[in-house]
Amino acid sequence: MLIIKNLKAEINGKAILKGISLEVKAGEVHAIMGPNGSGKSTLAAVLAGRELVKVTEGSVTYFGKNLLEMPPEERSKEGIFLGFQYPIEIPGVSMVNFMKTAVNEHRKYMGLEPLSASDFLKMMREKKELVEIDSKLANRSVNEGFSGGEKKKNEIFQMAMLEPKLAILDETDSGLDIDALRIVANGVNKLKRPETSAIVITHYQRLLDFIVPDVVHVLYDGRIVKTAGKELALELEEKGYDWIKKEVDKKDMA
Amino acid sequence: MNNTSERSERYYTLYKENIKRISERSSPYLNSFREAAINEFNKLGIPTKKNESYRYTNLDTFFNAEYKSYFMPSASDFKKAEEFRCDVTDLDAHGIVLMNGFYPTLKDKMRKLPGGIWIGSMNEATDKFGDQIRKHYNKYINGNSDGLVHLNTAMACDGVFIYIPEGVVLTKPIQIINLVQSDEDIFNQHRSLIIAEKNSDVTVIVCDHTLSPNKFLTNGVTEIYVGENAHFEIIRVQNEHNNAGKITHTFMHQERNSYATSNNITLHGGLVRNSTHHFLGGEGAESKSFGLFLADKWQHVDNFVNVDHAFPKCTSNQLFKGVLDDMATGAFNGRIYVHKDAQGTVAYQKNNNILLTDDAKMDTKPQLEIYADDVKCSHGTTVGQLDDDALFYLQSRGIEKREARLMLMFGFAHEVIQNIKVEALRDRMDNLVMQRLKGELSRCAFCMVKCG
Repeated sequence: MLIIKNLKAEINGKAILKGISLEVKAGEVHAIMGPNGSGKSTLAAVLAGRELVKVTEGSVTYFGKNLLEMPPEERSKEGIFLGFQYPIEIPGVSMVNFMKTAVNEHRKYMGLEPLSASDFLKMMREKKELVEIDSKLANRSVNEGFSGGEKKKNEIFQMAMLEPKLAILDETDSGLDIDALRIVANGVNKLKRPETSAIVITHYQRLLDFIVPDVVHVLYDGRIVKTAGKELALELEEKGYDWIKKEVDKKDMA
Repeated sequence: MNNTSERSERYYTLYKENIKRISERSSPYLNSFREAAINEFNKLGIPTKKNESYRYTNLDTFFNAEYKSYFMPSASDFKKAEEFRCDVTDLDAHGIVLMNGFYPTLKDKMRKLPGGIWIGSMNEATDKFGDQIRKHYNKYINGNSDGLVHLNTAMACDGVFIYIPEGVVLTKPIQIINLVQSDEDIFNQHRSLIIAEKNSDVTVIVCDHTLSPNKFLTNGVTEIYVGENAHFEIIRVQNEHNNAGKITHTFMHQERNSYATSNNITLHGGLVRNSTHHFLGGEGAESKSFGLFLADKWQHVDNFVNVDHAFPKCTSNQLFKGVLDDMATGAFNGRIYVHKDAQGTVAYQKNNNILLTDDAKMDTKPQLEIYADDVKCSHGTTVGQLDDDALFYLQSRGIEKREARLMLMFGFAHEVIQNIKVEALRDRMDNLVMQRLKGELSRCAFCMVKCG
């Protein structure tokens, strides 16, 4: 589904990603962990098409197509979804209008007619229940005045509406209490289909208790320094990142 | 003599040449103010950029032009006015049409609405409402340093008069449609007075339209009295062509515990200057002042707001927003004056602007003068581009960049529109703003009269 080869990227001239290679197959859940500043969010931004991040080397192939050539909206319509670490507040734009526009753009891309108003509202209702989002939130402006937990739930709600093939969840667990975390994780699990994949970026192991990964990668200083099964997450939880840092730094010295 | 005083002189000459005609057609009471007003105008002149409140607005192109003076409409004007239909079909309102500043019907110059409300010609009202007019006319502009206000008092012959008796609640809004239509370039002035007595509740919508492509200049003054506990809302929608200059002065005098809002929405216009004055003249009064403008090409839109906190425990809120495209320019000047005794004042002001090009320009100036010590006051101003983070957020959900930009601009504007209480008008405004942002709104887009 997604093949990343030797990806290097910079922000404002500063190298952040220093050669990342990764393959995500249909149906897989990958976790990307790592200390602060290791480049996790930058990787997510590159995949979603943020212009701020400049790719200097390498390639990203998504279903055989060059992903890096697509504008962000096309990536979305091709089935990539980024759950933001810090969802943006957009005053004056209602959730309903936002989602209606997004869903219909996706449908147009697939050659489908726009949803009727009643079908759309029905869809909203169903998906709201799925992620246990307060139905009043949908009548408000996008993320405006939402609490941290509501914003994250709203990301999962949008994911439910757009039904992506590849969901990239950027620290969806940050700032959530345990109940909200469970709701968000349940939402993600309920949306999972045998053929859809996810990249879960997280700092802590606790999210991975709920969303069980097939593969865990550790990102450090712009490179993937360790890849293993889900047991790696537990090891990291117990021992922290220092031992990995030491291991890498020792190798660099040699 | 320099150019600016020559220019003022020209308007004084216009006055001298026409005062006889003006006086013959106006009520003696309105006439009794003219001489003092023209003297005041002579002292102050037409404002220039030296005048602090006009610092960012150049009136030259409109005030230096030659106009055919216009003091009385003709029969064909009346016909045009009668033909005009507002196409906001869901808007259920009591309508009045002003043509070039005149109340253009020969009969029924005063109309009675439910609850004993009267609407009609300002000039006509002086007979029937002598007492009320004596109490309020020209009382709320005193000491104003804008020469154009006094020029209006000196020369305006007509306008709209509305009287809302004590305790009357009008569920349907009153809609005043200001039309400007002529085959010649004209300068017109009108003068309106709205009296909302104690405990009344009313909404007034003012629509400014131009119906022919000539060069027009309008200088209108509206005085509004909002009695104790009364609720009053005025919404002004401006959709004029690029060759039209529109200067409005709105003076609201608010009594104790009254609540008043003003909302100026400028969709189109060559030069627009709206000055809105809220005088909080009794304890517990509250005012809200909103404004939104969308400007492109060479348009210039200036909003001047003056909130005067003269009594304790009053609240005021200003929210003004602008979107500027091409080489359009805009200005915002928001003044909050808190008098020494106005303890417990709460006053907020916000002005946000989006510049879509490098050539567009916005000048914004908060002006806070606070002489009381127990005051909660804040102001904030931004001039910037569309938010890149927000743009990316929308794009990342599959929305194309062009559409995403439109949504953001619309959302930005909607923050002002959402304060309109009349639903049909609010929806219509959203619609018009969207059309305007897409570049689809022409000056004739919502006018039934097909002209030039």
